[in-house]
This record gives sequence, C-alpha cells and structure tokens, in this order.
Amino acid sequence: MATAARKTKAGVTAKAAGKAPARAAAKSAGKGPAKAIPNVPTFNKDEELHAYREMLLIRRFEEKAGQMYGMGLIGGFCHLYIGQEAVVIGMQMASKDGDQVITGYRDHGHMLACGMESRGVMAELTGRRGGYSRGKGGSMHMFSREKNFYGGHGIVGAQVSLGAGLGFANWYRQDGRVSMAYFGDGAANQGQVYESFNMAQLWKLPVVFVIENNRYAMGTSVNRASAQTDFSRRGVSFGIPGEQVDGMDVRAVREAASRAIEHARTGKGPYILEMQTYRYRGHSMSDPAKYRSKDEVQRMREEHDPIEQVRGRLTREHKLGEDEFKAIDAKIREIVNDAAEFATHDPEPDVSELYTDILLEPAQA
Amino acid sequence: MPIDILMPALSPTMEQGKLAKWLKAEGDKIKAGDIIAEIETDKATMEVEAVDEGVLAKILVADGTDNVAVNTPIGVIAVDGEDASAASGAAKAVAPAPKAAEKPAEPEKAAEAPASPAPAAAASVPAQAKSYDASSEFPAGAEVVSMTMREALRDAMAEEMRRDADVFVMGEEVAEYQGAYKVTQGLLQEFGARRVIDTPITEHGFAGIGVGAALTGLKPIVEFMTFNFAMQAIDHIINSAAKTLYMSGGQMGCPIVFRGPNGAAARVGAQHSHDYAAWYSNVPGLKVVMPYSAADAKGLLKSAIRDPNPIIFLENEILYGRSFDVPKGDDFLVPIGKAKVVRPGSDVTIVSFGIGMTYALGAAEALSKEGIEAEVIDLRTIRPMDIETVIASVQKTNRCVAVEEGFPQSGITAEIGMKIMEAAFDYLDAPVARVTGKDVPMPYAANLEKLALPNIGDVVAAAKAVCYR
Repeated sequence: MATAARKTKAGVTAKAAGKAPARAAAKSAGKGPAKAIPNVPTFNKDEELHAYREMLLIRRFEEKAGQMYGMGLIGGFCHLYIGQEAVVIGMQMASKDGDQVITGYRDHGHMLACGMESRGVMAELTGRRGGYSRGKGGSMHMFSREKNFYGGHGIVGAQVSLGAGLGFANWYRQDGRVSMAYFGDGAANQGQVYESFNMAQLWKLPVVFVIENNRYAMGTSVNRASAQTDFSRRGVSFGIPGEQVDGMDVRAVREAASRAIEHARTGKGPYILEMQTYRYRGHSMSDPAKYRSKDEVQRMREEHDPIEQVRGRLTREHKLGEDEFKAIDAKIREIVNDAAEFATHDPEPDVSELYTDILLEPAQA
Repeated sequence: MPIDILMPALSPTMEQGKLAKWLKAEGDKIKAGDIIAEIETDKATMEVEAVDEGVLAKILVADGTDNVAVNTPIGVIAVDGEDASAASGAAKAVAPAPKAAEKPAEPEKAAEAPASPAPAAAASVPAQAKSYDASSEFPAGAEVVSMTMREALRDAMAEEMRRDADVFVMGEEVAEYQGAYKVTQGLLQEFGARRVIDTPITEHGFAGIGVGAALTGLKPIVEFMTFNFAMQAIDHIINSAAKTLYMSGGQMGCPIVFRGPNGAAARVGAQHSHDYAAWYSNVPGLKVVMPYSAADAKGLLKSAIRDPNPIIFLENEILYGRSFDVPKGDDFLVPIGKAKVVRPGSDVTIVSFGIGMTYALGAAEALSKEGIEAEVIDLRTIRPMDIETVIASVQKTNRCVAVEEGFPQSGITAEIGMKIMEAAFDYLDAPVARVTGKDVPMPYAANLEKLALPNIGDVVAAAKAVCYR
C-alpha cells in the first residue's frame, strides 16, 4: 500500500506538470508562441500530419452530422464531439492493435479514431441497413468487434464497469491488451465508477480510465456537481495514479496516454487520465447551451482549438503550405460527403430485422 | 430443575444438522457463553454456546450423530447440585429429522408424455398443441445418484469449467468462503483464484465487469448472494447484457449466467424475500430459468453456461438442501425453453415452476385422494415459455390452475392465464385460476409470512373451484 500511495503522489506531481502548459498556453495565447514551456512533447511532421487528418475527419464528420440532423435525416439523440478531438486521437496514437475502446453516448469520434468506416457510422446515424448496427442502435449504440470498439453506451457510467470488464478479460487471458474506458466529468460522479476503480486496482486490471472533463455534465458545470473537481485525484483512495492533461493538445494527450497505457500493460493496474477539454456544441442537438456564455465558447475555439494548434505548428515548424492543407481538407470532405451520400440513400432495414438479433442460437451440443 | 440443551438452528431454513463434536464432557462445569459443542450442516459449521450455568449432567446425543432435528434435546445442564439422572430430557429419545418430510413428492417418476388428447372439435379452435416429451432427457432406467440441489448446481459448474477454460465464477464469498450457501464448494480448490473470484460487495460494479468480460467472449457465471441484491446490478443485466446484441446488429453476444437464490427463504423479511421471475420475464434478450428439481437444475445450468445469451438462473434457498435423483455422468443436459409434464392427469392442469412445484405436487396428491387427477407441469424455463406443453394439457383437461410464489399483478401466472386465453379459449370449461403470493411486502412474523405465501390448501381449493367441485 505504501508503494501505491507513493505512486499516487507521483501522479499528482505529474498532474501539476501537465497542468502548467494549459495555463501558460491560456495566458500566452495571442501574445506569441508558447513553445518555451518544458515537458511539452514534440511530434515529428508525420505525427502532426496524422493527428491533423484524424482530428479533422472527426470535426468534418460531426459538422456534417449536425447538418443532417437539422435536415431531419438523423433522429433522436445526437451528441457531437466537436472540440474534444485531441483526446481520442492522442489516446489512439499511444495504443496498440488489439487494445479495446469503450465510451458513452458521445461516441462518433471514438469510432472514427478506432478505424471504423465513416459510411457505416453515418448510416447508423440515419438508421439505415448499412449502419454498424444495421440501423438498430443509432447514434449512441454502435460496436465493432473487428476494431475492438465496444460501444456506444447510453447509461451514464455503465461503460466504466464494462470497460473494467474488458480489462478483466485481458487479465484473465493474459494477452497483453489494455482497455481504455472513456467517460465524462458527469459520469465520474456515478457510484459504479468507484466500485470499478476498487476492483480494477484490487486485481491490477489493465485499464486506463479516461475522464473527458469538458466542464459540463449536460447543463451542469463541474463546480455545481462535483465536490472534488480535480478528477485526476478521484482514484487516490484506491491508490490509482492519476494525471491532469491538457486535452486540447494532442501531443500532451499522447504523452500521458503512453505513460498510462505502459503502466496498465506492465501489470501495475489501472491509471486515470483527466483530459481537460471542451465541447463547442451543446450537450445534444436540442441543447441551446444557455448555461455558459458565448464568449467562453468563442475563447476556447480561438485560443485552444486542438486542430488549429496542429495546423499552426505544421505551418510554422514544418512549413506546410496552403495548397497542402487544401488537399488534405478536400480529401476529408470527400470522405465525409461520401458517407453522407451513402447514409442518405441506403435503404432502411428490412422489416424482418425487427425480430432478429434478440437471441443467438446455441451451438448444437 | 435441570435445563435441556436443544439442537440450535444456524439459519431460518435449517431443519436438521450433525452434532459434530462435544467440547465439554459430562460432569464439566459450564458458564454462560462457554462453547460446549460444534454442529455442522451442509452449509456451515457453528459453535454452540451455553446460555445457562451449571454442570453438564448428561450428553443425550453423541459426537458425530447425523440428522439431529432442530430443537431436539442434545444434553442436560443440572443446576445447583441437582441429580443429573433426574434430568427431564434424559428420557427423551434422539429424534433424527424425518427424511420423508424433507423430501417433496417425487416428480421424476412421472415423466411419460400425456396420452394423446382428443382431436379438436371445430375448425375455429386451434390445432392440437404438441406437448414436449421430456422422457428422453432422463430415460427410464438411467443410472441415478441422489444429490441435493446444492450439489447438483456445484457439479454443473465444475463440469462446465473442466470442459471450457473460458468459464469462470465470480461473486461475493464464492471462493475462500466456499459460497454463502455453499453452492460453489470446492471450486476454488479445483480451479484456482483466477477462475473462482471473490468480489467486494459491489453488485453493480461486478455485474458490469462480468458483462464486459462476456462481450469479449469469456463465459462468466456471476453469483448473486441473493437476487434481491441484483437490484443494485439490474441496469447491467438489462441495459448492458440483454440489449447489446440487438443494439449492435448481432455483433456483440453476451454469454453470461447470473445465478443465485431468489424468492422467499424463511423469516428474512421483505428485502430478502422478493421473487423476481416476473421482472426478468418481461425483458427481451434474456432467458430466464427457474428449476425445481436437482436434476433439472443441473441439466439446465449446464445448458445455460453453454448458451451464447445472457441467462437469469433463479434458484431457491429452501430447495438447496433437498435431495433428488440426478442422472450420473457429465453429459446430462436439459434444454432451455422446455416444460416438463411431471405428473400425468386428466381432470385439471396445474402449472408451476421453482418452489411453486412443491405446492402443485402436494395439491395433486391431495386431489387424487378425492378423485381428481391433476396433470402437473413444471415450466422450468420462464422465458422463452413453453406454452405449447401447457396448451396441449389444457386441451385435454379443459381446466387450469397456475401457481407461483411471486406477486399477483403482472406475474407469471397472469401471463400463463392470458396465453391460455389467446390459444385455447374454446377449450376452457372454467376460467383459469391462479394461486400466488399475496400482494404485500413479505412480513417477518412467522404467522404472517405463512399467510403471505401460497400453500397446498390454496392450490387444492383453486383446483376444486375450476372443477366445480
């Protein structure tokens, strides 16, 4: 236990280090480059380009989904990931093939980051037969066994226990995989989260708990809902190390993710990453977002946008020209438009699908 | 006045036990609080403390005596230099618990298919339903061994764990403690701590972990100490386990068994007595199994563990200690979703499941003495429900009584009644009757609890009513 406690302290220290750049960046934004800050890892050009493309795909995909919702092509709930792209992309850059991902209902970005097809995701949003769940899941419920994406869960906090269960399976099979369970600052107050923290640390399960703190649980700000707003400390009483990470900087995310995943993969148990991030859009499409000021949103977009940060570095440090950006943007628009086109014209599921996939047939003994 | 030391009960359901060891000898002085003996049941070992002071004048039941009924005098304490031989209890004979009373009527013998029903009369009535023939599951002359429900469940798990390395058990007290009700006895020793896992008392969390593991293809058996506690976990059972296959368009199966005692035990109050059969029965994506006999429990649990779907396996604490004949060998399977005609009859159909079968079978026996031959059907699986077998019987008897311990409103018997009305209305000579637990939270007081539960008399009365007798 003494060791575990010390680890936590180390985590808290690392957290402080992780937090510094965010503050510094906020202060120095607009005044000049914030590059002098130590401990911010650097990306080479290929890494920057990869992060840029992947994040831009999510951004454009989500913008398109928002449009299609407005056109009535997408129904029900639709929670957009715009603003938070660096979190899942940075995490994926540090993970290995076979590692599992599970999240809540704000899940489109995670699916794209896991390599799931834009067409299949968009067609699920429109409730068509070509969707990942053949139109039976919708925005909040998509899965891909092939890509190790385990959903897509609509009950706040459920994915934390389920994600610990994925980690349990890795522990049971001793297969070296790590599970990444994403949840928000709202879910972080659910009881089952702490039940899962306890068991994950007790059994040293290979799980990384990624708390995407976007500051609002639907319309309730973190300060109004949480007695402890430093989410990296939420595992302290279990001896789970945690860090606060600038979740708007994909480099900081990947750096922290590498540490956390390594910790989990080497049998040391779970790790908590609090990703300090921000969602630009409302909680869901029907949210007028009156609980925060337009200025606040505007400031985040102008000063911290995860995609603009990468774009700036690519321009300044890697001398990427306007034509090259245009080519990337065009390519991504093509993917997204193709997905939208497919999702608009793909037929609805056959009515016989109403009664399929309720139970599996047992194998004949 | 000498004081009798009585055989104590370790739990409300204990009827008998073994007097394992005396820790005091005749003539020893005893103070209140002294440990004087150890007793054992198949569930646990307990120390017997003296409540009175004096001298252990006489030992009435020797070390190692089995089947000592609760409240039998096992020794006598003499107070203030009394003569031990004057002890009142000394004359009383040791009374082992009557075995016959423990054992319910033998349903196993009546596995024959019912005689062919009469052909349907009019074109408007449904075609003859076909009754499931359970005789092939348990062929006449099969080699059997008598075992308790508890042992049958344990053997089912052990056999399936030997067969498939992906099967594991998790739950509270399943490993080191050997099971709160000793159902997982010996599993830790055979399979080790990676496959028999003690969890903290956090049902919501470990149910979620079990479901997560099942989504990757492992086959967890999640034991709830009782299904009352599964209320903490019901979100994962329903929202995560039952719905994910559908929501994933068939990609994410969830091969998991949730099992444990369900329903009333004895004198444990409202929060530990709820029968959840009707709750889980309501949910597409689940299969719900509720066996009565040890043979069915074993065969069904093995099928449940092999099944690729989430299964709710509802056991009963009172049945754990009952013995039944179970076929020998590790290849005995009972199919999920098939009822069993356990007693053929022609006058009235009595349908039940789980512990409700004790009332159904007891009533059938009593009715027989009055010239009414009841056909008794054990549903065994609640969902999917083998209504065909029930309808086939009702088409023959034209009368039906449905029996359950659960609450009446929206209960399983309500469902049975409706299904019969939909499929065999024209065959009915009387409205379907039901006998259920009363519509009240379970009371603690012994007399009230007895009133809250169904009994054989209720079933007999209902059967007579539908027979207009």
